[in-house]
Amino acid sequence: MGLGVPIIVPVSKPSKGAAGKTGLWRVERPVVNEDKCIKCWLCWLYCPEDVISEGDNGFPKIDYTFCKGCGVCADVCPTKAIQMVREEE
Amino acid sequence: MTLTIHDLRKEPGSYLPGSAACPGCGATLAFRIASRVLGPNTVYVVPASCFSVIQSPFPKSAISAPLYNIAFPAAAATASGVYRAYKMLGKDVNVVVWAGDGGTVDIGIQALSGAAERGENILYVCYDNEAYMNTGIQRSGATPLLAWTKTTPSGKREMPKDMPMIVAAHRVPYVATASVGYPFDLANKFEKAKKIKGFKYIHIFSTCPPGWNSPVSKTAEVAKLAVDTYFWPLYEIENGKLRITVKPKKRPLREFLELQDRFRGLTEREIEELEKIVMEKWNFLLHLEKSERVF
Repeated sequence: MGLGVPIIVPVSKPSKGAAGKTGLWRVERPVVNEDKCIKCWLCWLYCPEDVISEGDNGFPKIDYTFCKGCGVCADVCPTKAIQMVREEE
Repeated sequence: MTLTIHDLRKEPGSYLPGSAACPGCGATLAFRIASRVLGPNTVYVVPASCFSVIQSPFPKSAISAPLYNIAFPAAAATASGVYRAYKMLGKDVNVVVWAGDGGTVDIGIQALSGAAERGENILYVCYDNEAYMNTGIQRSGATPLLAWTKTTPSGKREMPKDMPMIVAAHRVPYVATASVGYPFDLANKFEKAKKIKGFKYIHIFSTCPPGWNSPVSKTAEVAKLAVDTYFWPLYEIENGKLRITVKPKKRPLREFLELQDRFRGLTEREIEELEKIVMEKWNFLLHLEKSERVF
């Protein structure tokens, strides 16, 4: 049947940054103080965006390309090792 | 076996960073943890909800697992069909419905009730942000008493539906409530549900900072306070037997209400009334825990 209509299958493919670089939404950035960090990984557990991973030095590493800066990690950190710092222009 | 943070960290999740979810979204937090427990052998069915938007615009998706978007009332019926189709192909797959409270408590209740009655082998998850958040904060059947929404500007006058108990009354093998403030409890309930054959139902209390006007950074704290003030008791009903899984020390309900602007302007009497309702529910659950079979 040659209808001449292109058929597009509406299937989305998994991709990081599906809504763009969501780090641009951020007003404050979380900064990890490695002296205070006890590696309990609660920040990793509670991060709604899944941007916290283990860095090369074994401490939490935050992917600032996608981190939306909600500050949940800083709120749940038991030793207050994560500080929210205002983004500069 | 109880899952620990180390078990969860080992498992790959099905959520990719950079989705269209609001900052501090409770639903993505719940999905991240749940998908790690459910594993890669899982198919999700999502009715219209915030989660349809969180997946982000075509042609990209923030969910790395097979996921089927379907109309509002059809989630449980679709999941039944998906499970049976895989069964015909000789594949054993976890079929999970990931629905919001509108798609569960209001619009999806008919298909949900039907699937529960037929005993379909699916897991139905309701992430409950207590209103139609995706369309702009309209009240739903799960909105709590006296909460502000755009359609209840002076506070909701009706009690919410007790959905976990409604599903439990279908005599399904597993019903549980969970909260994003208690992620280990949540993970362990998914671990349990994964291994049970038949209809399973998990109702997750999921914070919505834009809808509840709560601070974005307090997503976990609000959900934890909901449990600690007995506003949202965590329990499971396994084969008719009820067990309260978390019994925290009671904190005043005021602490939970004060964090959210949707409860702003409540009078002392109204707070007392809510406190009374909350304690009645808790004492009722303690009473049910003693009985051999709830349903």
